[in-house]
Amino acid sequence: MALKIVESCVNCWACVDVCPSEAISLGSTHFKISASKCTECDGDYEEKQCASICPIEGAILLADGTPANPPGSLTGIPPERLAEAMREIQAR
Amino acid sequence: MPEHIREKVHNHPCYSEDAHHYFARMHVAVAPACNIQCHYCNRKYDCANESRPGVVSEVLSPEQAVKKVKAVAATIPQMTVLGIAGPGDPLANPQRTLETFRMLSEQAPDIKLCVSTNGLALPECVEELAKHNIDHVTITINCVDPEIGAKIYPWIYWNNKRIRGVKAARILIEQQQKGLEMLVARGILVKVNSVMIPGVNDEHLKEVSKIVKAKGAFLHNVMPLIAEAEHGTFYGVMGQRSPEPEELQDLQDACAGDMNMMRHCRQCRADAVGMLGEDRGDEFTLDKIESMEIDYEAAMVKRAAIHAAIKEELDEKSAKKARLAGLSVASVQNGTTGRYRSVLMAVATSGGGLINQHFGHATEFLVYEASPSGVRFIGHRRVDQYCVGNDTCGEKESALAGSIRALKGCEAVLCSKVGFEPWGDLEAAGIQPNGEHAMEPIEEAVMAVYLEMIESGRLENDGALLQAKA
Repeated sequence: MALKIVESCVNCWACVDVCPSEAISLGSTHFKISASKCTECDGDYEEKQCASICPIEGAILLADGTPANPPGSLTGIPPERLAEAMREIQAR
Repeated sequence: MPEHIREKVHNHPCYSEDAHHYFARMHVAVAPACNIQCHYCNRKYDCANESRPGVVSEVLSPEQAVKKVKAVAATIPQMTVLGIAGPGDPLANPQRTLETFRMLSEQAPDIKLCVSTNGLALPECVEELAKHNIDHVTITINCVDPEIGAKIYPWIYWNNKRIRGVKAARILIEQQQKGLEMLVARGILVKVNSVMIPGVNDEHLKEVSKIVKAKGAFLHNVMPLIAEAEHGTFYGVMGQRSPEPEELQDLQDACAGDMNMMRHCRQCRADAVGMLGEDRGDEFTLDKIESMEIDYEAAMVKRAAIHAAIKEELDEKSAKKARLAGLSVASVQNGTTGRYRSVLMAVATSGGGLINQHFGHATEFLVYEASPSGVRFIGHRRVDQYCVGNDTCGEKESALAGSIRALKGCEAVLCSKVGFEPWGDLEAAGIQPNGEHAMEPIEEAVMAVYLEMIESGRLENDGALLQAKA
């Protein structure tokens, strides 16, 4: 069982310092989690540390492939409002 | 400002209205991680063409940062201050930030070191900051009320948990206040930054100002919210508006009763290099500094000589300013000071404390208030540069209208030159263009124009006039 970082990661380094297992390293384009080292913080912390500090919604996936921080959960922006704003900007 | 603080900040471009025309600063982006989320920040955004706070193009290692600082300090000898301000929170990256400071305090002892922080991790870092000879810390404090804080900060990372809402804001506020007190107790200068968010914390900031002043902060910098939808921030997307220049100025004036206010902040990027209002970062990218050979011992000798010459010039200028303040309207007009109202004037300058910029080339205007008691700097107004030397530009007219809107409340604009078309539009908007004081020192020119306005009878204060007649 391990978490996964996907390409929407913005390379902010926040997760690296808080990982208790040293499972996170800088990849060629974004940070990566070593599946063999990741313990999902079991035995160390109540909350999965990388997922608890990551500022980007959807950048970290749980073992079942669902986002640890789903759309709207960190910024407080309702996803439909964000989509609407993006459409307005594109239309300019 | 008390003398001991003035002495400490005289060559700090960010803290002194005079010094920023002469001295330069730089930021190194060694701190990418953050431990809180603010509704005015979007960590996703990173673009070399973007210039707004919190945005950088290249994150440096401490070793790269030190190399860059020495390269800049040798190339731009006016550089006096090195700040670490992000792009995340410097104290959420303690190893990278403190290692950079440790190396610099050893290798470049003639550079002042500053750090900006949201304050969450500040108390645990104070001891270490004091060790590395940091004498200026900026804490961003947007509120002292957790209920208001919950509308600004959606979450913090604290004790290995993501914490939300009022509880999160309360912890952040407690840490900020504790950190402020600890720094002041150690004699480290503290400036407080606040972001003015209309309808959220604008009224509240007056209380914030009182409290931080009482605790010993030496300067308060109230900055306008930046909230364009395309930045993808909570405030931008949700339609939170930014303050108008006049609202910002009114709030700064309201807070000024309690403390020194900072009026010329440019809300720089976390990797800005050079004088305030310019950015020379492109000259010092990683690949360019790699190939530079720096003899820092020699650079320090040169820097010391240049700094001494600038200090002499600044001292002369402030003596002149003091004389000028004495030579105010009262002495010219035989003690009729109550008769004349104050006037706001905008100035186009590219630095040096002179009126030396073409109206159409200005990307910002400095605003001064002239009154019977003298001339004082009020702030700056950013504009879109409308003149790009291309007559076919279709945006030209609307940008000029934007400039005129940005100058609202000003009754004159002093510049080295102004074109025929904007001249007419400015006059129509009630702003008198004036190109007669090109290359003159700003304060003297503003006072000269003010005296002309008095002579022409435009500034009679109605109430006082009636009194005088009676």
